[in-house]
Amino acid sequence: MPDTTSALGAPTERREGPAKVTGAARYAAEHLPGGLAHAWPVPATIARGEVASVDDTAALAVPGVVGVLTHLNAPRLGEADDATLAVLQDARVPHRGWYVALVVADTLEAAREGAAAVTVTYAEEPHDVTLDAASPAAYVPEDPDGNPDEHTRGNPDEAFAAAPVRVDVTYEVPPLHNHPMEPHAATARWEEGRLTVHDSSQGATAVRQTLASLFKLPEEQITVVSEHVGGGFGSKGTPRPHVVLASMAARETGRPVKLALPRRHLAAVVGHRSPTVQRLRLGAEADGTLTTLIHEVTSHTSRVKEFVETGAAVSRVMYPSPHARTGNRVLPLDVPSPSWMRAPGEAPGMYALESAMDELAVALGLDPVELRLRNDTRTEPDTGKPFSSRHLAECLREGARRFGWAERDPRPRSRAEGPVLIGSGVAAATYPVLVSPSRASAHAYPDGGYVIRVNATDIGTGARTVLAQVAADALGVPVDRVRTEVGSTDLPAAPLAGGSSGTASWGWAVHEACTRLARRLAGQLGQQLPPEGVGASADTEGTPDTNYAESEYARHAFGAHFAEVGVDAVSGEVRVRRLLGVFAAGHILNARTARSQFIGAMTMGLGMALTEHSTMDKAFGDFAESDLASYHVPVNADVPAMEAHWIDEDDPHLNPMGSKGIGEIGIVGTAAAIGNAVHHATGVRLRELPITPDKLVTAL
Amino acid sequence: MGADVFHSEVPLTVNGEARRPTVDHRSTLLDVLREQLGLTGAKKGCDHGQCGACTVLVDGRRVNSCLLLAVSLEGREVITVEGLAPAGGDLHPLQRAFVDRDAFQCGYCTPGQICSAVGAIAEARAGRASHVTDPAADVGAPVELTRDEIRERLSGNICRCGAYPHIVEAVEDVTR
Repeated sequence: MPDTTSALGAPTERREGPAKVTGAARYAAEHLPGGLAHAWPVPATIARGEVASVDDTAALAVPGVVGVLTHLNAPRLGEADDATLAVLQDARVPHRGWYVALVVADTLEAAREGAAAVTVTYAEEPHDVTLDAASPAAYVPEDPDGNPDEHTRGNPDEAFAAAPVRVDVTYEVPPLHNHPMEPHAATARWEEGRLTVHDSSQGATAVRQTLASLFKLPEEQITVVSEHVGGGFGSKGTPRPHVVLASMAARETGRPVKLALPRRHLAAVVGHRSPTVQRLRLGAEADGTLTTLIHEVTSHTSRVKEFVETGAAVSRVMYPSPHARTGNRVLPLDVPSPSWMRAPGEAPGMYALESAMDELAVALGLDPVELRLRNDTRTEPDTGKPFSSRHLAECLREGARRFGWAERDPRPRSRAEGPVLIGSGVAAATYPVLVSPSRASAHAYPDGGYVIRVNATDIGTGARTVLAQVAADALGVPVDRVRTEVGSTDLPAAPLAGGSSGTASWGWAVHEACTRLARRLAGQLGQQLPPEGVGASADTEGTPDTNYAESEYARHAFGAHFAEVGVDAVSGEVRVRRLLGVFAAGHILNARTARSQFIGAMTMGLGMALTEHSTMDKAFGDFAESDLASYHVPVNADVPAMEAHWIDEDDPHLNPMGSKGIGEIGIVGTAAAIGNAVHHATGVRLRELPITPDKLVTAL
Repeated sequence: MGADVFHSEVPLTVNGEARRPTVDHRSTLLDVLREQLGLTGAKKGCDHGQCGACTVLVDGRRVNSCLLLAVSLEGREVITVEGLAPAGGDLHPLQRAFVDRDAFQCGYCTPGQICSAVGAIAEARAGRASHVTDPAADVGAPVELTRDEIRERLSGNICRCGAYPHIVEAVEDVTR
């Protein structure tokens, strides 16, 4: 009898670990087919207008250059749902950095020299890249259900005016960049009409669908492989221009083509977190009970496509109040297209809401943990649906206990060590539970092994490992008997690694396939399996359980963040001394990789709070901080004692694993907790991220 | 491709093996490793010496291989992450510690972190001070790799997945 101790929840070691630490794991740009050519794109140097002329004579004269593609000679592509993928199709330049040419050469050096030698002239037009929340061009977009993205309950304006205690504040978050360590890359080759692409993507299924549409091919003639992906954080969640350009260049030149984007290009072509201007109005009774919550968010989008940073959505989930207005507005500008960045909407939205809640706690003279406890709820304020589970209060209490919150002197500027002012802060976190339909297959072989196949993407989450755990439990076998194959469109189709939904979506299908396989095997007990094995497959498309929109429950993960900072009163430098998060995200499926995700997201939140900042240059329409020397992500010395804990929830309304998704919630409350700690340390409330010494030292 | 006015043959040792790649004079060590020698363990994260993903050891010292012109490396000894452990053998102790501590997620910065840690440990042993070393400490005496020392010395290697606390633990595992 095999050992059937539950595999789920165990700290199982990451399966691809040895390959990653020895350099054996190959990423998208690390495939070297024979005859490989290299491509280098040419970005537009104006913020708005049209390409007037392209002179590629000098580029073509560079030894090793084999071709220059522009809108004048590039093949016509089919329909793209995403207009940022219609590369080299016309003369239009919608923003600076938009690609206007692609040079292909025998070597990387020649491609780069060739790209520098392309001369492009432009018919320039006046541009506007300034996010002005009062602009009449800002509009209320549709929410995911097709309704206006402004929700109102009661009479929020009147109620706010009548509230005994009021906070009316505006918070701003600058543009932020995902900057995964692996820049977006693709290696493409055509063989007898078949396209094979190694792409750095969070979801190869969607990449294949898109390439099929653009290159007018049946999907069966395309294979997209994303075996190892060097992070994405949302920026690889949709197909990006590089994969289209590489595929196009490979077809035009008849050679395999590799295109690895230069780091400095990323800010303009792979999405960014839109800046937000967020006005919060909170009205409360003297006991802290919220009577009014008004959260109005304005973000920017590009002229090419609408993307909305839905910061106000969190105020529909967090706290009940009889009167509320939560609205997202968006302003189209001549800027690069924003897109998903880890917890899009939630991260900036909760920064503003949870900072405002801290201000309310101060105005009330109430402990900020207690204020949140007094405004806890069992039903989702916006929909009235009961939460399938909500353990926010437990996270706050457990976090407070572990952090030593009770010893905190609530008065600002009450603790110092020499010139260093010390303070602590708290913030709550939330992230929705999402799931998408997926397929998967499971096979049993005569040698006692099992293979799970699903086109999941392991962007560093440990998907291979956790899916093996899911399978092992469903099959009732030890986890080391299960092999997982992920990361190729030759496997059963599956949704992307995004929205903290990957494990839930893929795992559901894996669980289903394994359950069916176990049933088949039970019917053949004692029989020798055929050499090709016995298999079962599953497709969760259309199963009512996966349709959360029609559900009677609201499903969200919750958490609480605690931060301790030291602020140098002379220099204004903020150092985080401790960060502690407690999360309630259903059943945690792998304690080891889950911890890594939580602390990793908290680290990105630390960057959001203190170091990460991009400036949209008004004159040039360019992100001024476009490399890692100027866009400051946290480094090892910035990250102190970091703790992640969780409350294991038993929620029967989720999926067969009982999980909620953990990739994003760790970032959500971090910036507010740090900002609130800075206020506690100094008495200074900064309402614009990041909290840098220049801003703080002038306010101290 | 042979040597000409734009190319030279460069004899050097890579992971203990004598190699003689003919390199474009503009080629960085990183590009020669990745594109010509098929050693893709060293990663290109920024190509500007800002992220550390390309870190390798040259004559035992850690360097950003994206900032070194390959043509300048005649006779030098290069060790990449592929050369830390003997082929087919056990993992290098740091490689093992990184797996044990789950000191990475996406893995793209990992070869650079590990090579950088090998270099940093050697530097500390050789008595090279860092920004956080006690100024009163004996010059040239081995520096104890406290957590602060590890954090400081590995801050040239960015990990966007945020595995820093686990990286520190992994380095401690082999230095304690």
